[in-house]
Formats: sequence, structure tokens, C-alpha cells
Amino acid sequence: MTTLPKTTQKKLGLVIDLDTCVGCHACVVSCKGWNTENYGAPLSDQDAYGADPSGTFLNRVHSYEVQPEAGPAQLIHFPKSCLHCDDAPCVTVCPTGASYKRQEDGIVLVNEDACIGCGLCAWACPYGAREMDQAAGVMKKCTLCVDRIYNENLPEVDRVPSCVRTCPSGARHFGDLGDETSEVSKLVAARGGMDLMPELGTKPVNKYLPPRPKDVIPEFDILAPYLEPVASTQKGFLGWLDKALEKI
Amino acid sequence: MNPAGSVIVFTVSSGLGFGLLTWLGLGLPDVRGWAAFWYYALGFGLAGGGLLASTFHLGNPQRFLKAFSQWRSSWLSREGCLAVAALTVLGLFAIGALMSTVWQPLGYIGAVLAVLTVFATSMIYAQLKTVPRWNHWSTPVLFMLLSLGGGGLLAMQVWPAMILLALVGVMQLVAWLSGDGRFESRGTDIGTATGLGVRGIVRAFEPPHTGNNYLLKEMVHKVGRKHAVKLRIIAFVLMIVAPLGLLMVSCEVPMVILAAILHATGTFAQRWLFFAEAEHVVGLYYGKR
Repeated sequence: MTTLPKTTQKKLGLVIDLDTCVGCHACVVSCKGWNTENYGAPLSDQDAYGADPSGTFLNRVHSYEVQPEAGPAQLIHFPKSCLHCDDAPCVTVCPTGASYKRQEDGIVLVNEDACIGCGLCAWACPYGAREMDQAAGVMKKCTLCVDRIYNENLPEVDRVPSCVRTCPSGARHFGDLGDETSEVSKLVAARGGMDLMPELGTKPVNKYLPPRPKDVIPEFDILAPYLEPVASTQKGFLGWLDKALEKI
Repeated sequence: MNPAGSVIVFTVSSGLGFGLLTWLGLGLPDVRGWAAFWYYALGFGLAGGGLLASTFHLGNPQRFLKAFSQWRSSWLSREGCLAVAALTVLGLFAIGALMSTVWQPLGYIGAVLAVLTVFATSMIYAQLKTVPRWNHWSTPVLFMLLSLGGGGLLAMQVWPAMILLALVGVMQLVAWLSGDGRFESRGTDIGTATGLGVRGIVRAFEPPHTGNNYLLKEMVHKVGRKHAVKLRIIAFVLMIVAPLGLLMVSCEVPMVILAAILHATGTFAQRWLFFAEAEHVVGLYYGKR
């Protein structure tokens, strides 16, 4: 049923640290690698080696430049995947019941056997988290690696989403955001974790940690006075030229 | 949004079809025998043909039966259920009309269901907060007026159709003019999309991939927006002004048919614009609209 559960026992999700993400796209590659051969239809590519390659990805890394009022611009890498929203508009629009949010852990999933590939859930998602697979004709989205996190055949260290396991800079964290005592909840509280497009009322579970302010290097002024320019105004011919041109 | 041909044909054709069937269900005109056959054939052809066209944009249309299951939450599912209900009830009513044994209450029920079907169609679009231009009361009002107006032309109900077309004209202007600034007025921008807006001016520096993707093809359609003003004029003239002008000259049957054809052509242009001009918030992540 594509009505949303009133509450979920857990709120499993990701916390993404925009301060430490280096934009290496390793999470994108590992996500595609894991999910193309596990849950549901493979993540197909079209014209992969041709002039116009495209393909299905559940996780993509954008890069943004932020220009503050003062100081240099900052480059921020920005991984984006399904935010497993509490009030997920992609679930309620689904006509077949293929799209659902799990009551036990809050993961938003697509039952691909019931998906007719109408694409309305992708229209309803503000974040671009859902992509229609062009080969299978069904909607693909982040499963939070539901086939890893509960998988007792894997070593315990691997029972996290593939992107989290892969991230070399520790920018991705996985846990229960409904539990205030969890590591991820503490991280969100300590770092001021934020929602994307909160004004749309989707109540995302995934949180983003804003970049920390840049360090300001104090100026060493022991030698600075000796390095002041000796003459601040030009003399001689250049000085005359400067004055003459000023007057015109 | 990508103005997919199948969805344009679906919404225009089923809108006109259900509009015509609404009038027939009301007994306007009260047709029997062969006359009824041709009227109902046109109505069911347009409505059913439109619904059939809508399945062409599905990835797995063979599972369409499942789409009738989620009427409690999904407007798309409701639309499917209502369409089938309307066609069934009006089908029975039509059989009665062919055999000249009309039970009018059945027609009234069918007419209400047909109007509700068009309402549900419009709500598929109007419910989307992600597309501010559509997310407004003017969307369902315009869809229903268009359906009844166009259907009225096909049903040869000249005076009601003329009044409805005039109302369509007013609503269309309301929809266009109020829709133009709605994206900005909702306050969603690249700053709220990334959460970085409080830190300074945000600019998309690099997209995730150099190639195209489903999101950009489906939701960041820009082609044709540059001709939007010209297309709006063409759509408005064909959809409203020309049919009204013709019907003021004469209400003879050939004139009404010509007016209906012009109106339908204009509605295709209008519907193309409805999709092409609609901007989805996901474009913000790509520094696009």
C-alpha cells in the first residue's frame, strides 16, 4: 500500500559530511558496482562507449562553488542519493503500490515486480533521487543497501551501505537517525546537520553536515614592516606621466 | 518537463472524449439509434484512445492492472479507476441509447464520473510540489473547463460551449500569468536545494557526469521555451479566439465541426506548452531550470 506509515520503528539513513567529502566519486562507483548485481534489475548503461553515454545511477556527486560576502570562494562536493524522507511524496503518488516506505526501518524501496515504469515518483521527488532504468523500464533508487545491512553472510564491518564502506575520507555515516543516542544523531546535533529543501515538507531522514568555517591564518608582522614598499608614489618621468594623466 | 507525445495525446484526447461523454450522459444532445452510435463512437474513441496512448510512456505496460490498486493515496490510480467506472457506466447508458431505451439516471452518474476522471487527471499534475507552475488550483479548473468546453463543441452544444470556451480563455490567462512567477515565489532555489545558500552565492560548478541522464531528459527540458510567447499566442487563438469567432458568424454544423477541429489543434499546442514550460526543482541541482 502506498500510504506512508505513521511512524517507523527506526529511521535508517545517511549523514553526509560536506566538510570532508573530497569529491572522488568512489561512492558513486561502489554504489553502481554493488547495486548493479544485487537488489533488482541491473543499473544499465546506454551507449556506454559511444558518443552520448548515459546510465542509471543511484548516487551522484555534484560540485558547487559558494562565494561568501567576503573572502575567497569555496568548492563543495555534494553527494546526493535518496534521502528516505519521512513524508516521501514519491511513495503516495505510486499507482501500483510498487513504491513503499518500510515501517520497520523507514527505508523507501521499489518493488520492481509491481512497477509499471510510469515515472510519476521521479516527478514527485524534488531531489532527483529516482531514475528510470532505460533497459528494464522500472524505477531505480537507493535501497540503503538493504541487502548488505542485514546480511549475516557478510563480515560485520561490511554491513553498512556500499557508499559508506567505500568512502576514503569518512564523509559518509550510516545509522538510525530516529534514535537520539546513536552516533549519527549525535553527529547531526554537534555539527548542525541540515535538510535539503525543507520548505517542500518532505522531512528527509538523511542529513547533510555543513562545511566548517575555513581557518584564517594570522599574519606574521615581525618582518612585515621591512617588506613595505619604499616608494608609494612614482618619481621622475613616470611620476610626471602619472600626474599628467590624472589631470586629463 | 519533457513534453512527451504520448502524454500530450493522452491528456488532450481523453479530456475531449470525457468532455463529450459528459454532455451525452446529461442527455445533451438526447441521441438515439445511429446518431447515438456515431456520437458515442467519437466519445469512447477519444477517451479510450487517449488512455491507450498513456500506456505508451510506461516502462512495463503489461502490469497496468496493478495501477487500479492504490486509489486511496494515488491520483494516477484514482484516474484509472474513475476512467474505467465512467466508461463502464456510460457504455451501459450508450447501449440503452442505441436501443432507444434510455435510463437517464445512469447517464447522470456517468457524467459525474467523467468529470471526476478529468479532475483526477489534472490532479496528477497539480499535486506535484516539485513543479510550482502546476501546483495550483488553476490546473484542475482549467483542465475541467477545457474538457467540458471542447466536449460541448463536439456535442454541438453551441451556446454552453461558447460560454465555457470564454471561461477557458480567462482561466488560461490566469494560469499563464500567475504561473510565470510561481517558481521564484515558492522560495526554492539552489541555496535551499543544497542547504548552502546561507553561506553565500551558490553556483553549480561541476555536474556529476559530463553526459546526459534520465533526470535531465525528463525534467529539465528547455527546448522550445524560447518560442513560448509565440506558441502561447498560437494556442490561445486556435483554442479560444478562432472557435468563438467562427461560432459568432454561424452555428451551422460544418462551422461547429471546424471550430472543434481548430480548438483541438490549439489544445495540443496548449498542452505542449503545459509540459515544456513547467520547471522541476531538480534542475536547480544542475544549475538549470
